[in-house]
Amino acid sequence: MDYIVQILPSILGGLKMTLGVFVLTLIGSVPLGILVSLALRSDIYLLKWVMNAYVWIMRGTPLLLQIVFVYYGLSLANIMTLPRFEAATVTFILNYTAYFAEIFRGGIQSIPDGQYDGAKVLGLSKLQTMRKIVLPQVLKIVMPSVGNEVVNLVKDSSLVYVIGLGDLMRAGNIAASRDVTLIPYLLVGLVYLVLIAIATIVQRRMERKMNYYR
Amino acid sequence: MLEIKNLAKAFDERVIFKDMDLTINDGEVLSIVGPSGIGKTTFLRILAGLLPADRGELILNNEPLNISGDRQGAQVGVIFQDFNLFPQYTVKENITLAPQLVKKMTKNEANSNAEELLNNLGLTEQTNQYPFQLSGGQKQRVAIARALAMKPGILAYDEPTSGLDAGSTDRVIKVIQHLKEQGVTQLIVTHDLPFAQAVADQTFDFGTDVSRGGSL
Repeated sequence: MDYIVQILPSILGGLKMTLGVFVLTLIGSVPLGILVSLALRSDIYLLKWVMNAYVWIMRGTPLLLQIVFVYYGLSLANIMTLPRFEAATVTFILNYTAYFAEIFRGGIQSIPDGQYDGAKVLGLSKLQTMRKIVLPQVLKIVMPSVGNEVVNLVKDSSLVYVIGLGDLMRAGNIAASRDVTLIPYLLVGLVYLVLIAIATIVQRRMERKMNYYR
Repeated sequence: MLEIKNLAKAFDERVIFKDMDLTINDGEVLSIVGPSGIGKTTFLRILAGLLPADRGELILNNEPLNISGDRQGAQVGVIFQDFNLFPQYTVKENITLAPQLVKKMTKNEANSNAEELLNNLGLTEQTNQYPFQLSGGQKQRVAIARALAMKPGILAYDEPTSGLDAGSTDRVIKVIQHLKEQGVTQLIVTHDLPFAQAVADQTFDFGTDVSRGGSL
C-alpha cells in the first residue's frame, strides 16, 4: 500500500498527460470528422478525391508511424519542428478525424432521401437541412460507433510514449523498471479501466438521452 | 390557380410524359389517376420542385414556378406517401420549424399558427407527441398541417390512401373536403379510382390525357 502511495503522484502526472491528449483529440476530431464526412459526399470531385486519399492514408498506416513521422519526420525534412505534446495531439486529431469521418459518412448515408425531400419542399436550404434535420438524426445513429472509437482513443493515447511524452503508460513503465515490480502496471491497468468505465457511462447516458424518438 | 402548360419529362431517351396541359382553379380539388408506374409521382415531384422538367411551364397564381428542380421556397405544399415527418421533433416542432427558418416568423407567431392548424385538423392532443407515437392517419394530418403552415398556393398529395383501411380513407376524404371548404386548392395523385371520384371536382387520367413515347 505504501508503495502505491509512493508511485501514485507520478502515475497521476501521467494520467494528466493522457487526459490532455484524449480531451484535445476529441474536441478537435469530432467536428473535423463531421466536416470531412460532408466533404467525402461533396459534388466537387477534387475535394472528394483529396479527402478520400486523406482518409485512406490515415486509416491505412499505423498511428504509431504517424506520430513518429509528424514528430521526427517533419523536423528531419526541415518542414517544421513541433514540440512533443503538440506533435502528438495534432497526429491524434488527424488520425481520429479520419475514423470519425467514416463513421459520420455512414450515418449520413443511412438517412432516408425522404427527409431531404421533406425539408426541400418546406423551403429549407441545404445548410439548414443538414443542421436541423440530418445531423441530429445522424448523431443518434453514430453514437454507439463513436463511443467505440472513444474507448479506443483512451487506450491509443498510450502510443505517445514513442516520442517520450510522460503519459500514464510511461509513468508505469518507469516505476516498474526502476523498482522491478509489476504493481505499477497493475495500477496503470486499473486507471485505464476506470477511464473506460467513465467513458462508457457517459456514452450510455448520451444514447439514452437521444433515445426519446424512434 | 395552377396552370400546367405543355409539360414534358424524359429520363434519358425515354419520354415519361409530354404535352401535359391542365388548369386547377382556386379551391378546386383535382385527382390525377392512372395505374402505378405511369409517371404520376414523377409529375408530382416536378410540381414539388424535386425533379427538373424538360419542357413546359408551371404557373401558380400568375407566378411562374422554377421547373429546373432547383426551386427555392415552399409554394407547393407536399404530403408524401411516407409523410417524411422529422422523427426527432414533436408534432408542433415539425410544423413550426420551417415557418421560423424560412418565413422568418417569430416563435410565438409560428406557435399560434401551428396551434390553429392542429385544432383545425383535430390534432390538439398530439401537439407534443413524436411522429413514432402517431397512427398513420395522424401522421398524414401532421404532414398536411406542416405543409399548410408555409401557406402554399396548392397542396399536393402523393397516394394519400395507400395502406389505409376504409375507415381511415373516409377520414382523409373528410379532411380534404374540410380544407376545400376553407378554399385550399388541392391536387391528389392516386391510383385509387373510387377515392379519386369521391373527393375530386375534376379527374385527370394520366394514362390517357397526356402523350408519351416518341421523342420530346
